[in-house]
Amino acid sequence: MFRDTRTLLILFGLPVVQILLFGFALSNEVKNSPMLVCDYAQDGVSRNLIDKFSANKSFNLEEVLLSHRELNDAFKKGRIKSALVFPPRFETELARFNEAELQFIVDASDPNTANILMTYAAGLVGDYQQSLLLDYSLPYSIQPEIRMLYNPELKPSFTFVPGLLALVLMLVSVMMTSVSIVREKEYGSMEVLLVSPVNPWMLIVAKIVPYLFLALINFITIMLLSITLLDLPVNGSALLLFAESMLFIVTALSLGILISNVAQTQQVAILISLAGLLLPTVLFTGFLFPIENMPLALRYFADLVPSRWYYLIVKSVMIKGLGLLAVWKETLILFLMTASLLFLSFRSFKVRLL
Amino acid sequence: MKEKKVVIDVEGLTKCFGAFKAVDNISFEVFQGEIFGFLGANGAGKTTAMRMLCGLSLPTSGKARVAGFDIYKQSEQVKRNIGYMSQKFSLYEDLTVMENIRLFGGIYGLSHKQIKEKSSELIETLDLIEVSKKLVAALPLGWKQKLAFSIAILHKPQIVFLDEPTGGVDPITRRQFWKLIYKATSESITVFVTTHYMDEAEYCDRISMMVDGRIKALDSPQNLKMHFSASSMDDVFLRLARKAQRQAE
Repeated sequence: MFRDTRTLLILFGLPVVQILLFGFALSNEVKNSPMLVCDYAQDGVSRNLIDKFSANKSFNLEEVLLSHRELNDAFKKGRIKSALVFPPRFETELARFNEAELQFIVDASDPNTANILMTYAAGLVGDYQQSLLLDYSLPYSIQPEIRMLYNPELKPSFTFVPGLLALVLMLVSVMMTSVSIVREKEYGSMEVLLVSPVNPWMLIVAKIVPYLFLALINFITIMLLSITLLDLPVNGSALLLFAESMLFIVTALSLGILISNVAQTQQVAILISLAGLLLPTVLFTGFLFPIENMPLALRYFADLVPSRWYYLIVKSVMIKGLGLLAVWKETLILFLMTASLLFLSFRSFKVRLL
Repeated sequence: MKEKKVVIDVEGLTKCFGAFKAVDNISFEVFQGEIFGFLGANGAGKTTAMRMLCGLSLPTSGKARVAGFDIYKQSEQVKRNIGYMSQKFSLYEDLTVMENIRLFGGIYGLSHKQIKEKSSELIETLDLIEVSKKLVAALPLGWKQKLAFSIAILHKPQIVFLDEPTGGVDPITRRQFWKLIYKATSESITVFVTTHYMDEAEYCDRISMMVDGRIKALDSPQNLKMHFSASSMDDVFLRLARKAQRQAE
């Protein structure tokens, strides 16, 4: 066993990688979550509360606005995750009625983060309330009114369906193509095809097209089940969603071809597709662990994972109901990834055996 | 003897894998319509030499023309004019007999009409009418190999390369298989065949014996037996192979 370095690496290296990943990089903790404040009150109490929020590590207070007009846009673009709105005469009401309301708006398209932010915000407001009570020994009460954007019921399916979609399409497409090409190598039929006058490009295209259709059937099945059984809304254009999914499937298929150019046996192809893709896809797509909280190196790595971009697109189109204009950047990134993967797999396709 | 047309012309062909010379400076000619046997022990370099001629492997040095085309510069034209049958894979097992014929006909650029004509003709001559819609996996090995050979010459190539085509087949089926090969040569298809079976060697017009990557003998079976004063091809083979330095792979 000690002569087999690969086994050794898996045996002793994997636990180290996993403990480091899960221990440090991946946590559900929310740090530096971007937020905006809209302060109509501009009085002592609102200013004190704003100070409390900006001093807190969980929130990253970007700006204090005087009107809420910008809020909607900032949420749509995903620039902020939460916002705090103070109504006019906040302090006056608090002094007069011993009771005042403020609004905490949170992007609930990611229910996990939304829940955590909500708890943090309630905690901060509660703390402040406590300190007021000590000063005045009067029953002051500040009521945060919470608004969940995009996912008012905090349904977990809103994150896991787009995440699952990315995961399933990725794994199925990559595995199907890589195995189907490597199988031809194993059986020896690749040899026969290479001797024939068939253009290698045609060979690759012929491998991609059927699996594109199969993966699209997968996509449609998941969507139908999510809509009918999980009551998931499709707020944006279904056609756009379909087109983006097609792009993502082609990304995955070209990745599969690339793997098949390296692997010589079906087992190796499956191993690379599963071990090499399952973990990164699960961890770095963003549906289990928020990418924003990861260390910088891992955030850069996550940017290389195609499913991360697809996940963002699906969430924006399906849940936030946005159009192509809002996701063109992610689409372009995915497109460039696909183009370079295709180029690489065509380049590395071996026309000769040796 | 009248001048025959040369269809394979090899000069100093060499293939090295690192320091190992798999094929070491071989030269020979193959004439149109003949059955050219390529014999040698395992690891003697037969398959590598054949792969270079088919365009599956790039030679390290040397020259070769196959069907009149240069294997370096005109590999596309070479591919169009040859047929190939490997020992490992013959046909797609999860396709039916007809589907296999259609697939390979399409790959070699035959038209729908041609494929239709040829497939019905082929199924009739091979007596496969009853199993034409059955999966190839269900056919006996001997039938599969006959079908594979017929498919390899479906597009009427100038040369057909057979890499140990009758491995694991009983002598009777092997004889039937060779009848097909003779029929192909009568249609002026040249047959280039590698084999282990010395009885098959007797069927060839000319034989080249490869030992350690080199061609040690090249002649008709009769002449070879005479030259080595051997009673059978087996004897000739043993005499030559005994001197081999290389261990079988």
